[in-house]
Amino acid sequence: MAALSRPSDHYDSRPAAAGTEITQPRLGFIGWLRWFWRQLTSMRTALFLLLLLAIAAVPGSLVPQRSSDPNGVTQYFADNPDLAPALDTIQAFDVYSSAWFSAIYLLLFVSLIGCVIPRTRHHLQALRAKPPKTPAHLARLAGFTSRDAPAGTDAAAAVESARGLLKSSGYRVERCESGREVSVSAERGYLRETGNLVFHSALVGILVTVGFGSGFGFSGQRVLVEGQTFVNTLLSYDSFNPGRFFDDASLDPYKLKLDDFTVAYETQNLKAFGQPLDFTADVSVTKRGQAAEPGNVKVNGPLRTGDTDVYLLGNGYAPTITVKDPDGKVVFTDSIPFLPQDANLTSLGVVKVPEGLKKQLGMIGFFYPTQAEAQSGAYFSSFPDLQYPLLTLNVYAGNLGLDEGVPTSVYSLDTDKMDALATRTTTVKPLELKPGETQQLPNGLGSVTFDDANPGAKKGDFSGSVLRFASFDIHHDPTQGWVLLFAVLVLLGLLTSLFIPRRRVWVKAIRQDDGSVRLEYAGLARGDDPALEAAVADLADRHGAQLSALPLAPTPEQN
Amino acid sequence: MNLNELSILSLYSAMGVYAFAFIAFAIDLARRSSAVDAAQVDAQLAADAGESAALASGGTTTLTRISARMANDASTPYGRSASLRVGVSLTVLAWALHLSAAVLRGVAAGRVPWANMYEFAMTGTLLIMTVFLIVLTRADLRFLGTFVTGLVLILLGIAALSFYVEVAPLPPALQSVWLVIHVFVASLGTGFFAIGFALSAVQLLQFKRETLVADAKAVRLRFVATLPSAATLENLAYRINIIGFILWTFTLMAGSIWAERAWGRYWGWDTKEVWTFIIWTIYAGYIHARATRGWRGSRSAWLAIIGFSAVMFNFGIVNVFFKGLHAYSGL
Repeated sequence: MAALSRPSDHYDSRPAAAGTEITQPRLGFIGWLRWFWRQLTSMRTALFLLLLLAIAAVPGSLVPQRSSDPNGVTQYFADNPDLAPALDTIQAFDVYSSAWFSAIYLLLFVSLIGCVIPRTRHHLQALRAKPPKTPAHLARLAGFTSRDAPAGTDAAAAVESARGLLKSSGYRVERCESGREVSVSAERGYLRETGNLVFHSALVGILVTVGFGSGFGFSGQRVLVEGQTFVNTLLSYDSFNPGRFFDDASLDPYKLKLDDFTVAYETQNLKAFGQPLDFTADVSVTKRGQAAEPGNVKVNGPLRTGDTDVYLLGNGYAPTITVKDPDGKVVFTDSIPFLPQDANLTSLGVVKVPEGLKKQLGMIGFFYPTQAEAQSGAYFSSFPDLQYPLLTLNVYAGNLGLDEGVPTSVYSLDTDKMDALATRTTTVKPLELKPGETQQLPNGLGSVTFDDANPGAKKGDFSGSVLRFASFDIHHDPTQGWVLLFAVLVLLGLLTSLFIPRRRVWVKAIRQDDGSVRLEYAGLARGDDPALEAAVADLADRHGAQLSALPLAPTPEQN
Repeated sequence: MNLNELSILSLYSAMGVYAFAFIAFAIDLARRSSAVDAAQVDAQLAADAGESAALASGGTTTLTRISARMANDASTPYGRSASLRVGVSLTVLAWALHLSAAVLRGVAAGRVPWANMYEFAMTGTLLIMTVFLIVLTRADLRFLGTFVTGLVLILLGIAALSFYVEVAPLPPALQSVWLVIHVFVASLGTGFFAIGFALSAVQLLQFKRETLVADAKAVRLRFVATLPSAATLENLAYRINIIGFILWTFTLMAGSIWAERAWGRYWGWDTKEVWTFIIWTIYAGYIHARATRGWRGSRSAWLAIIGFSAVMFNFGIVNVFFKGLHAYSGL
């Protein structure tokens, strides 16, 4: 087993040359650099960095990360006002782009490259080299087998036959002769090291592609209500995050219209009642100078069009609300996306009417697709689909704060400078509207209508009464294909480097004093090779069978 | 009784039979200890026999199976054991019940039975057991029976008590062919890592025993003497762990492809992604450790043990307690 204890085709930190430990000469700058490089590219350092990388990745799973969970980070700051800033100084909320995490993986990859390049050179030489000379004594090698050749066998012919057998099994072969011994030295499994090098190079490929390639992409978000159209230009996005090298002009200005958003919820299985079964956004895509083409986007089925990938991220209701002044003139009408608050789509939205009325008007709305009432009198939604929709509106009047130059979210209303006209605590209670209903605003401000999106429906059928919205993520990532290619190479390299055995096999024919020929077989594993002994035994058997079948007459010598 | 109730009945029956198999395997370990005691009556003789057996196996073996080498490898030979056979038979019976529980659950739900924690646990343990039984046909690892049946019992117990959820349809986020591929391969990889973990743990025990014997000190856990040598265990653990590593690499890739389709990016350092990456890195370290001076043997075994602990953490803790996109525990 001693031969197996260390795979011989692995480089390791080289032992220091004899003598250097005792009278250490001054290394000088270049010397130190060389020493540092040798340390960095040693297997031990690579292993240390690899394990360090694993440890360094842990904190990012314990603390919310800005990249994947920005709201979590905000919440963390609110919950831990003392700890959070301290953690922030050590980049604990940006672990995977932090200086220390980057330092570890960059060092690891430098170490890896420093290891792969000399190994590649070494391997290219090995690919051209002949198998080494047959060792003088095979008896101590793996799978050693000794047999007597059938009477009358010629040593040279026996070795020639073994040579043929090995060659047809994919071995590189070399014939050796010394004194009474004729032998063939064979080696196979060069693909093992090739796979190893492909594996490591492909990892570098992934890193480089992700590091540089992702700068050429972008990601953007856009919410569309049924019937609305989005044009793929910078201004149409609700939010847009371009990569470092992304050029806005390269956006292909296709049009994407959300025709219809269909949902399905479980109604048969009472234990999973109301669980979503399907979300489908039916869209039509119009490219410049072409006719509209239908398509759809699903949760696990992005739409790939115009060099972008369109993903369905969320959906909800967008009640259409119309506000009229006391004279009946429409001052506001829009379908407002309401953000879902729970699994049954109790939704929260904000209506802002800055102009047309005596005062600026703000309303905070709750929408219940299937309204139900708790014992406490509070409303909630008991099912996510439109079975008994109800909209409640808290009404405020005053200053919406839109003119102060401070950006405000369309999803929130600052009521500090506004008067509450109809809320739970005022004498006028919040307005309650079903689709198609109109209520008067307090103080004679005017009226508000919850428009029915499907006014022709039968009485009691609310299924189409409220429009839905879908939120889309639109990405362009030129690295995807390359990363996939490298990942496949990683896997293929791994498979070959772990499962293709690299081994040497020798067959020796020794002429005995009595004229007979003794055959010896042995192998040497280079790396993990559980099947080596079986392979040697199998070779001996096949060789024996072939020799028995040979004509006994001596074969002519080869030229 | 509907299909799901039948599945539950089948699962509880499997757990009962696993418990009996566990007892049989435990009795076997106890018998191994007494076998070692008996062998020590004439320690010198036993040592000679062990040596000659090792010599005999070294040169002329032409057996392709590892099993023959492993049996000869133990310092104290251990013959046939009735309790081992009972243990294996019961394990096979329990496995059949376990398999039918998973299949029935799948049929009841009309989809693959691995879409929430309860089902992951049921199918994952089934795969651990399947890997164990397959490995048994190639190598005599029956001495791991107590560990494997014990681990599966504990996990199934937790699943049945804490993770149980009713059959529910697949939410849109899970309606993908990658659910079938990604989760199955991850569970299969876990099966290999579990066996590799057990072998590495036994390897450490064996190494300790071998060191104690070399120093002529007293040995506890005497049954270890009937198990293969630390070197053999290490090679075996390595072979099993690299299969697990390849499956894990594929899990990562398949997960990335799915993440791109579902979330619009192939990698986003979601907590589950982070832990899958950590596990991959630990096992990559394990493989490299075996080629690094000073890291072969016990140190690399510890890495395999840490690796599997991280797999269990990823499954049991990250799924349930960590916030992230992989929130499919159903709890």
